Amino acid sequence: MAKLLSHWPYLLILVLMALGLYGVLSKHNLMKKVIGLNIFQSSIILFFISISAKWGATVPVIDPELDATDPSLYANPLPHVLMLTAIVVMVATLGVALSIIVLIYRRYHSLDEREILERMRQE
Amino acid sequence: MFDSYLPLIVVLVPLIASGLIVICSRLPNLREGWTILASLLMFGMTFSMLPDVISGNYPAVTLFELSPGAALALKVDPLGIIFAISASFLWIITSFYSIGYVRSLGLHHQTRYFTSFAVCLGATMGLAFSANLLTFLIFYELLTIAAYPLVIHEETPEAMGAGRKYLAYLLTGGLLLTAAVAATYIWTGDLSFAPGGFLDATLGQGKLIVIATLFVVGLGFKAALMPLHGWLPTAMVAPTPVSGLLHAVAVVKAGVFGFFRIIGFVFGPTLFHDIGAGTILGIVCGVTIILASLLAFRQDKIKRRLAYSTIAHLACMVLGAVLLAPEGWLGGSLEIVFHAMSKITLFLCAGAIMASTGIDRISDMNGLGHRMPVTMGAFTIGVLSLSGLPPLAGFVSKWFLGAGMVLDGEPVLLAIFLISHLLSVGYFAPMVYRSFFLPSPHPGKFSEASLLMVVPLSLTAILSALLGLAPDLIFNFYTLATEMIAGVF
Amino acid sequence: MEQIPVLIPLCLILAALVSFLLGTWRRALAYPVASLGAGLSFAIALWGLITVLNNGPQHYYLGGWVAPIGIEYVLDHLSAFMIILVTGIGLLCIIYSLRPVQTELGERSVFTYPLMLLLLAGLSGIVLTGDLFNLYVFLEIASISAYALIGSGDGRAPVAALRYLIMGTLGASCYLIGVGFIYSVTGSLNMSDVASLLPGLYQSRLIIGAVALMVIGLGLKMAIFPLHLWLPDAYTYAPSAISALIAPLMTKVAAYILIRLLISVFSPHYLGDVLSVTPILGILGAIGIIAGSIMAIAQRNLKRMLAYSSVAQISYIALGIGLGNPIGLVGAMLHIMNHAVMKGSLFQIAGALQLQGLVEVNDLAGMGRKLPYTMGAFTVAALSMVGIPPACGFFSKWYLAAGCIEAGNWVFLSALIIGSLLTAVYFFRVLEKVYTSPDAPQVTSRYSRPCLSMLIPILIMAIAIIGLGLANSFIVEYLLEPAASTAIWSGR
Repeated sequence: MAKLLSHWPYLLILVLMALGLYGVLSKHNLMKKVIGLNIFQSSIILFFISISAKWGATVPVIDPELDATDPSLYANPLPHVLMLTAIVVMVATLGVALSIIVLIYRRYHSLDEREILERMRQE
Repeated sequence: MFDSYLPLIVVLVPLIASGLIVICSRLPNLREGWTILASLLMFGMTFSMLPDVISGNYPAVTLFELSPGAALALKVDPLGIIFAISASFLWIITSFYSIGYVRSLGLHHQTRYFTSFAVCLGATMGLAFSANLLTFLIFYELLTIAAYPLVIHEETPEAMGAGRKYLAYLLTGGLLLTAAVAATYIWTGDLSFAPGGFLDATLGQGKLIVIATLFVVGLGFKAALMPLHGWLPTAMVAPTPVSGLLHAVAVVKAGVFGFFRIIGFVFGPTLFHDIGAGTILGIVCGVTIILASLLAFRQDKIKRRLAYSTIAHLACMVLGAVLLAPEGWLGGSLEIVFHAMSKITLFLCAGAIMASTGIDRISDMNGLGHRMPVTMGAFTIGVLSLSGLPPLAGFVSKWFLGAGMVLDGEPVLLAIFLISHLLSVGYFAPMVYRSFFLPSPHPGKFSEASLLMVVPLSLTAILSALLGLAPDLIFNFYTLATEMIAGVF
Repeated sequence: MEQIPVLIPLCLILAALVSFLLGTWRRALAYPVASLGAGLSFAIALWGLITVLNNGPQHYYLGGWVAPIGIEYVLDHLSAFMIILVTGIGLLCIIYSLRPVQTELGERSVFTYPLMLLLLAGLSGIVLTGDLFNLYVFLEIASISAYALIGSGDGRAPVAALRYLIMGTLGASCYLIGVGFIYSVTGSLNMSDVASLLPGLYQSRLIIGAVALMVIGLGLKMAIFPLHLWLPDAYTYAPSAISALIAPLMTKVAAYILIRLLISVFSPHYLGDVLSVTPILGILGAIGIIAGSIMAIAQRNLKRMLAYSSVAQISYIALGIGLGNPIGLVGAMLHIMNHAVMKGSLFQIAGALQLQGLVEVNDLAGMGRKLPYTMGAFTVAALSMVGIPPACGFFSKWYLAAGCIEAGNWVFLSALIIGSLLTAVYFFRVLEKVYTSPDAPQVTSRYSRPCLSMLIPILIMAIAIIGLGLANSFIVEYLLEPAASTAIWSGR
């Protein structure tokens, strides 16, 4: 239990992940599904950032007052850089998802999955 | 053995001809010209290889690897050329006959018909000349597919059903054969046919039995061994020349030929017996012979009765391959050719009867001998040859088969074999009796089919008779068969 | 010469940019620029293949940072094989797409060609990168382009695209978490570096978790049964040119990633003997072959039938991976190529028929006479799918069957045989219709032969099906066996 509590950021990430997955799988509104997807992805970003953290370290930007050669004074910069890329990817996904949702709404005048399926059947 | 592209050219000729046939679809005479030309060329080239093969110098060609360690390779050996000569010779006969048949019946889709026929023959030649199992498998599968359009040619619901049944049976067989070849490839790394076999007992009993089972079941579909024979009688809805050439000569014989290849050139007769496969296959063949002969009695359609008779005779040939005595092999391989000659006579006669009088049932055959004396005369010769009456061709092969059984000490098989001949006399006799001794419902009406049909069928009938008197006539079948046996045993 | 690995994706990305800029200026320019870009990348890929065959694998380090610090691009035997496939099929599909894009997408074609190129750039990046995170980025570039392309279709396409987007993004996210786990344990993202660090960490729970997440994620992308639910709708409702591009490539490249991870990062020994991940994949494959084929038999719509057949064919690849021996893996890799060519050809033909208004299998009655070349190509592809030699489909089954026997796995062999028979059922049902006369005289509408820009790619594909079948030994010996032999097959 103590170990779990000492790793509380990961617990938070797990909660977020479950929340996102729940949204994707059980919501009928397409918009909510996409929001769920986004929460899921954000939890991954948080996960990467948390594995880069160190006790007593600062952000990975060279500080003239600190020793630039001592890696223990800075958080690991690599996951941060990776996540910058990942954020771009996720934003692009979100953009495409939203534009597809707009297309669907124009065609079926609804965002509810069940209603859309119903209208598809009537076509 | 010497390098020669001739075997490859023999295989390619009909395939190229099929392309030309498609191109010339609007000019029927030119189109049929290609068929005739290709069949003559193919037979001529095959025949020209005969002296070399007899002198023990086999033409061979290796093209390129199909799978690491297994090339696309052709080699003309005595067993292969026996099969190739009989198929290519009969293709000439059926080509002329087909032209008469499709034109007198006004068949539709004639281009498709002649194209598929040519592809089938190309595949059969490739099969006969294959130097290894993978090449054999490729042509075997090609033959299955190329014959499919011919089975469904009529496009009636019945024909389509027969086509589905045909595919279901033969594709299953092909897949099992693929598995068998793959197993041989993985376990031995070798696929080239060698007289006397390349497998040996060091592989272990279990693996050998697995390979043997897969081969026997896979080939059994094509050779129509019971209970895998169901497709053959239904496939008789195809036009008669197709039933004649493919379902009595090329397709089913490909299965029998496969048995000879597998037993003699992959396992070796002794090993095949030692693992117990010989006994089981012998029993299956015996049962097939009896059951098929009995079932033949129940058929009223001429072609269906012929089909069941084919099933029984195919089992006889396979039985020859199973025997340990060389005489069995001699009889079996000669039976491939002689049965082809006689059975195709019967099918061509059935087609001629169908084309000129529309009769396809035995019960309607009354008095037919007076209306179509030449056709029914040929039919009678074919029947007598198949029943093993000396001095016709069928007698020679059956004599050696029987001798093989005696030498092998197989009294039960011998008994079955002899009974089957009585039965075949039994189911063939009514057809001859009705046509010659019962009064015709249309007396005095003379209705022989066109010359394009009568001449080919007379020719095969005459050959069935002459080959009995001189088995070595023209084609040297006897010499070839003895030479093959010298290699295998 | 060492820049070849990076040149291919770069060339495609640049072409995407140029075709977009020129396309907005003059719509007609997008197509030639796209064809040119794809052609150029195919030429470079061929050059790369020759280089690999002569000089062995090529490495390129982005920005001069040597691995494991920098991002590495690797052109080895397996990636040379895949890159030829991706750029070759991409080129043919872009050439093919002129008419279908014009009629089905109209004004939107300005975006279609850049997106198609971007998709190809993503796929070639996946194939060439030697870096786990870089792979994720390229995977998403390819996927996002695919979502957008599918979503641009009419009717139900957007709904199918959104479903694909959600499933695909979940899959990619799973993969990303897996990468995070690996990074947090090994501190590296370079594939060969990770591979050298892993053997000591086989029992690490994070690594096991990473394997599970990555396999599930890629399984979603690859549409392994039962994760295939997005696939049939997406393939069916996508515009014809798009399904002809996506169907042969997307799932196959995902399968490639799985194989790449199997042989270059983890090892067949670790995933097979220690974790038994690959045996599970094999079992799912065996079930998928049967289930996918049965579903395909139940379909009346041609494209939908082909889509379910894709599910079954992907399962062949999974089965090959699951066999756990080199020859089975060779069969799986060969089937990636063979299936890509066959399905590419079939979807191109289905697209050509769709333009004529022929969507259902029953519409095809008697078409063998009216469209002889198109249906001839269809016949070749269908027979290859059934596994008739010497078409290429036979040889992938040949190696897979050999792998089954080598492994002594008779259940998988039976699945292979039954699957082939079921494939024969649904393809011969179509061929029967195509080549026999229709029962009722049809409404005599005029069927025009597809225009040359469609027919030529279709015929090239049909010839390739036979040619690749005959040349398979060369591919196996010089490309696939060296690739399979680099892996660690047993623990010692």
